[in-house]
Amino acid sequence: MPSPSFFKAVFAIARKDLAAEFRSRELLSAMLVFSMLVILIFNFALELNADVRKTVTAGVLWTTFAFAGTLGLNRSMAVEKDRGCMDGLLLAPVDRSAIFFGKALSNLAFMLIVEIIVVPMYALLYNETRIFQWEFVGVLLLGSIGYISVGTLLSAMSAQTRTRDVLLPILLFPVAVPVLLASVKASGAVVAGLPLEDYLTPLNLLIVYDVVFLAVSYMIFDFVVEE
Amino acid sequence: MQQKPILLTILDVLSIVGLGVSTYFALVYAPPEAVMGNVQRVFYFHVGTAWVGMIGFILAAVSGIAYLVAKDARWDRFEVAAIEVSAMFFFITIVLGSIWAYPVWNTWWTWDPRLTTAAVTELIYIAYFMLRAGIEDPEKRARFGAVYALLGGLSAPVTFMVIRLFRTIHPVVVGNGNPEAQGGFDMSEKMLAAMFVALGAFTILFIDLIWHRIRMGNLEEKVEQLKLEVSM
Repeated sequence: MPSPSFFKAVFAIARKDLAAEFRSRELLSAMLVFSMLVILIFNFALELNADVRKTVTAGVLWTTFAFAGTLGLNRSMAVEKDRGCMDGLLLAPVDRSAIFFGKALSNLAFMLIVEIIVVPMYALLYNETRIFQWEFVGVLLLGSIGYISVGTLLSAMSAQTRTRDVLLPILLFPVAVPVLLASVKASGAVVAGLPLEDYLTPLNLLIVYDVVFLAVSYMIFDFVVEE
Repeated sequence: MQQKPILLTILDVLSIVGLGVSTYFALVYAPPEAVMGNVQRVFYFHVGTAWVGMIGFILAAVSGIAYLVAKDARWDRFEVAAIEVSAMFFFITIVLGSIWAYPVWNTWWTWDPRLTTAAVTELIYIAYFMLRAGIEDPEKRARFGAVYALLGGLSAPVTFMVIRLFRTIHPVVVGNGNPEAQGGFDMSEKMLAAMFVALGAFTILFIDLIWHRIRMGNLEEKVEQLKLEVSM
């Protein structure tokens, strides 16, 4: 059972990342502008008229979040690596998994902030009110948790390789496919107004992979950061 | 110089003979399928290669865990061998499936869930090699490789599950059938025999190739050490 000091360490690391980000705002603004650009490209690549939107809204949003997510994940680990902050964190007398949960928490916060801004913006631009449903928010949250948990682990790995930023999406996308696939299926069904039974299978798959990825990343994070 | 073990030579011969016998069973012994005709014969090698491909990925994930626990470089060499051989076999599976699909489904490739997840599985293991290529320190390379092999092994089961979870047109020949599958068939006894011969032949070939790859890994390591000694 983790002690109270464990949670204190987790929140301290997450707060450090958030405080640094809210002072500079370089990462969040980059993620947001990037997300808008991706949606813009989708707009003329897919001709997002009312007919097409019915089927592709979930796919467009999830692709955007996946791309913006790698941007954030790359940056958050590169900052630690560049100025030797990671060594400082590793020297701190806390459990290594506290570092993982702290980083994952701040990464998740960045991704959720982007989603909170991009989703209403998408709804406004395309007059798509069907995405304002609690079920949709739930799927967004579950999908982001799965994506970020395995993404935090892999970004810690890719930051230590020669190709660095280039490698993260290559490592992350194929492994995260179960999460992305289930998220797109489930949120697509919500947008289409289907009842819960119709997307229970992808939803269950999503929950299973959230638990699996979170547990495994927590267990093997030690091996990724040890020197 | 390390001598080649006699057992390995025997395995070499066995795998060549096995492939020959399996080819005979697939092309001559098994009767042509009633609807699809001779193109169905691709199926025997398709299943054989898919089988060893999947086994190799599972073995790699297990040896990844073993490496992380024991930190023994032998597990790493086994893991690399298993993934390298399996990635090749799995690629052959996809190509063979494609050859079968053209006359039966009337297309080389379709974004069916089963086919998509097969492609993703192959991509995971291509990413595995890119990860390893980007790390110089052998110890770190082995460690990260083990972590990624483990993650890949967790992600790949969806390939098995998806055939039952989502609607797919890929036939399930063994076990319960799928009503929407296109190109399924019932196997006669001779067909079953041919399938099991193919499974056996590819298993022997798989073990043989992995063994060779592990020996190569050992030699690589030796060369590295000798280079270090010379440079000192």
